[in-house]
Amino acid sequence: MAWTRDKMAARAARELQDGFYVNLGIGIPTLVANYIPAGVEVTLQSENGMLGMGPFPYEGEEDADLINAGKQTITELDSSSYFSSADSFAMIRGGHIDLSILGAMQVAANGDLANWMVPGKMVKGMGGAMDLVAGVKRVVIVMEHSEKSGAPKLVKACNLPLTGQGVVDLVITDLGVFEVDRGRSPLRLVELAEGVTLDEVRAKTEASFEAAVA
Amino acid sequence: MANKVRKDAAEALDGLLFDGMTIMAGGFGLCGIPENLIAAIRAHGVKDLTVISNNCGIDGFGLGVLLENRQIKKMISSYVGENKLFEQLYLSGELELEFNPQGTLAERIRAGGAGIPAFFTKTGVGTLVAEGKEVREFDGELYVMERGLTADLSIIKADVGDTAGNLVFRKTARNFNPMMATAGAKTVVEVERLVAPGDLDKDHIHTPGIYVDAIFEGATFEKRIERVTTRPRAVEGAGAGEEV
Repeated sequence: MAWTRDKMAARAARELQDGFYVNLGIGIPTLVANYIPAGVEVTLQSENGMLGMGPFPYEGEEDADLINAGKQTITELDSSSYFSSADSFAMIRGGHIDLSILGAMQVAANGDLANWMVPGKMVKGMGGAMDLVAGVKRVVIVMEHSEKSGAPKLVKACNLPLTGQGVVDLVITDLGVFEVDRGRSPLRLVELAEGVTLDEVRAKTEASFEAAVA
Repeated sequence: MANKVRKDAAEALDGLLFDGMTIMAGGFGLCGIPENLIAAIRAHGVKDLTVISNNCGIDGFGLGVLLENRQIKKMISSYVGENKLFEQLYLSGELELEFNPQGTLAERIRAGGAGIPAFFTKTGVGTLVAEGKEVREFDGELYVMERGLTADLSIIKADVGDTAGNLVFRKTARNFNPMMATAGAKTVVEVERLVAPGDLDKDHIHTPGIYVDAIFEGATFEKRIERVTTRPRAVEGAGAGEEV
C-alpha cells in the first residue's frame, strides 16, 4: 500500500514551518494547502502576482481578476498583497521565498530536475518553474515514484531537458521520502510509506541510494 | 498637453499597426488581457506579428483569435498549454515559438522599458534556455545573460485610468501589464473606467501616465474565466475545490 496523492500532499505539508512564504506548483502540490498542520501559518505566493492566497471562492463569488498561477479562481485574505510579474519573480529569484513544492517528470541523484518538456511531444513551456528552482531557498518535489509505464523517475541522470541543475532538496513519492540535498551528499531514503518495503523501493529506483530507514 | 483620450480601440490604434511589427500584450492566461484591443487588431488584419505575451489565450478568445486569423508569425511566451490551435500551427511550422522562463520574460520586459540592454540571472543555467548565451560567474555562482525586450507597440489592460494616462490595475489582473506599458515604443491602454485627473489617489497609481500614448474606456469586457474553481458553502477554510 503506497501513499495516495492526498497522503503525499499531507507528507509534503510537514515540510512547512510557521512563518514560511511558500509557492505551490500545479497538481499534487496544490493539494498541500489542504494539509497545513495546526499551529503553522504560512503565506502562499502565486507567481502571477499575489502573496496571501485564500481558499477557492464560493459559487457565484468568482472574480475574473483574481486567479492563481494554475488559472483557477481564488480569494484574497486581509493580509494579501498584489504586485506585478516582475516584482513577483524578483521575490522568487532574489531568494525571499522559503519553500517551493513542485511536481516532476525526473529527479536525478545529483539534484537535477526535469519537469517541463518531453522532446517529440507538444511542448507547453516552463512557466515559472525554472525561476522557482533557481531562486527559492528550499525545493521539495512531490511525484509518483514511477511512470505509468513503470519506468523509474528517480534516476542516475535525467535524460529529459532540465529545469535546473542541482536544485532539488527533498523528493516525496508514493513509496517514501528521499533526501537529495542538491546532490551535495549521496541520495538517502529517509522514510518508507506504510506497507512499502525497502526491496520494493530498490526494485523501482534507478538511482542508487543509502537507506536510512528501519 | 497632448490629448491621449480616444473613443475606442480602433481609434486608439489608428496609424500604429504595420505588418511584421512586434506587439507586447499584457495578461496572464485570460486575466488582465486587453480584449478590446485584441479584437480591433483582428478586425484590422495586420499580419506577420511577433507577439510577446506570457500565454497565447485559448481557442476562440484572447490572443487565440489572432492565431485563428493567422496574424501571428512568432510568439515569445512562457507557457502555451491552453491552446490546441497553437499546437497545430507550431507542429506544422506555421508558427515560430520562443520560450522564456516566466521570471526571465518579466525581467527582460522590465529591463527593456528601463533602458537596460541585458542582465544576468541564475534562471535557466545548465538548461536549453542558456544555449548560445553568455554564462558568467559572479561570487562563485553561474549566471546566464538575457537581453532586454522592447516592442513597437504595447497593448495594456488596466482597471481605472485617468485622461493623463495614469493607471491603476486590479488584483492579479496586474501581472505583465505595468512592465509592458514601459517597453512599447507606443503604448495603448484600455480601461474599464476612465476618470478625470484628481479622481485617482496619486500615491496609489501603479503606472504613471508618461508611459501611455493613448487610452480609452473599453466598449465591453467579457472577462472570461479559464478555470472556474469553487468550494462548497458548508466547508470552512481552504479546500481543494471543484473545477466546473
